[in-house]
Amino acid sequence: MELITPGIGLIFWTSLFFLIVLLLLRKYAWKPILDSVDERSRSIEEALQSAERAKTEMSRLKAENEALLAEARAERDKMMREAKAAADKLVSEAHEKATEEGQRMIKLAQEAIQSERMAALTEVKNQVANLSLSLAEKILRNQLNSTPAQEALIKDYMNDLKVN
Amino acid sequence: MTKLVAKLFAISLLFIFSGAAWASPEPAADGAKFDAKGMILHHIADDYSWHLWDTKDENGQAHHVSIPLPVILYTDGNLDVFMSSEFHHGEQQVIRGDRVYKLDHGHIVDTNGKKVWDFSFTKNVASMFIASLILLLVFTGVAKAYARKPGQAPSGLQALMEPLILFIRDDVVIPNIGEKKYKTYLPYMLTLFFFIWVNNLLGLIPTGANASGNIAFTLTLAVFTLLITNISANAGYWKHIFAMPGVPWPMLIIMIPVELIGIFTKPFALMIRLFANITAGHIVILSLVSFIFLFKNVAMGAPVGFFVVAITFLELFVAALQAYIFTLLSSLFIGLAIEDHDHEHEAAHH
Repeated sequence: MELITPGIGLIFWTSLFFLIVLLLLRKYAWKPILDSVDERSRSIEEALQSAERAKTEMSRLKAENEALLAEARAERDKMMREAKAAADKLVSEAHEKATEEGQRMIKLAQEAIQSERMAALTEVKNQVANLSLSLAEKILRNQLNSTPAQEALIKDYMNDLKVN
Repeated sequence: MTKLVAKLFAISLLFIFSGAAWASPEPAADGAKFDAKGMILHHIADDYSWHLWDTKDENGQAHHVSIPLPVILYTDGNLDVFMSSEFHHGEQQVIRGDRVYKLDHGHIVDTNGKKVWDFSFTKNVASMFIASLILLLVFTGVAKAYARKPGQAPSGLQALMEPLILFIRDDVVIPNIGEKKYKTYLPYMLTLFFFIWVNNLLGLIPTGANASGNIAFTLTLAVFTLLITNISANAGYWKHIFAMPGVPWPMLIIMIPVELIGIFTKPFALMIRLFANITAGHIVILSLVSFIFLFKNVAMGAPVGFFVVAITFLELFVAALQAYIFTLLSSLFIGLAIEDHDHEHEAAHH
């Protein structure tokens, strides 16, 4: 029976010690410990969240970079295409111009040759005519040294005239 | 497993020698038959001094080696304080004025028959005092460790205590009391758990006291839970006691007394459970040790030792388990008293 009879002294001391321990631990242990644990879990939570944010930011940046790169590449391709087209155009234009110029020059040359040839021909004709004249003159002079010859000639002319 | 049993057996063998050491003086001291019941009850009861061991001088006279503790008595408006050594282990009376105190079956009584209010700093109180010091030192130390390196992983004692603190918070208090209100009760629950646990562990140390196996200790803690439960109880709790919803009014004549008794049975169960578990553990160990003296045989040391060591390990588990159960049920009772009844019923209807 004594075993299950609570003693007033022990009730008093248990209450006293328990309350002292409770009040002291509440102020100097549980509050700082639980606050620190909460603070730490909050900071871990925040760190995880910011890591997640950084990850999405990173992937966003990467995607942006890739888009930029693709754009730059496309731009470069476009520019190269344009440059090539311009160069081609330039070359073909130059080619055309050169061909044209050549033909024009050829034509000019041909014309020049033609006119030279004509001039030369005329010159030759004139020379031939002059030579013929001087030859004819020489021949005539020789033939018409004598009076008979002059007469024969006049006769001849006369014959011709008669014929006409 | 085999290794564990081998270790237990090795420890048990020590009992052959220690058993021999214990066995010799006790029966010889009075020559009478060994009184197992008396020894056990003496060991689980409170005492005015902290008894450590007995010695025997060359004349065969037994001497008790014990730490005297302060005796604080309040008799007839007088406060008497003296050391328990003045009783000389019950052989002498202590006289203070007209009060004559003597030890009668482990209790202090006034020979004149006056009512003695006994507030002595007994063995159990000393043990509780040590437990309180341990708790204060350990947890203020742990709190300092948090202040020293904020936001870092715990280490050492801090790493040992943090999971326990978080276990009480996350698996005992929050599930029973709820996220919204648990912060008010958490300091009480944490103190309760560690106070009971450390006192249980101190009780397991040989020559230690049996503070947490004393009914006054468990009564006090149960009363704290009772008070907190009923002071913080909401209208729904009282409505369920005095006007149980959905019960026809004639039934209430029976229900109200039952519910009123129910207020007290819950903490009463807490009180009895802790008391019985801890005291039973001590009784089992002491009974096993008694076999050595009853059989007066040194060879009993091995099997007894084996069981004593095994039961002591069980008691180590029980020490934590009972602290946990007391805390769990306290949170449960408080949680039931402050829960939102209306919401629960709405939820039940859906």
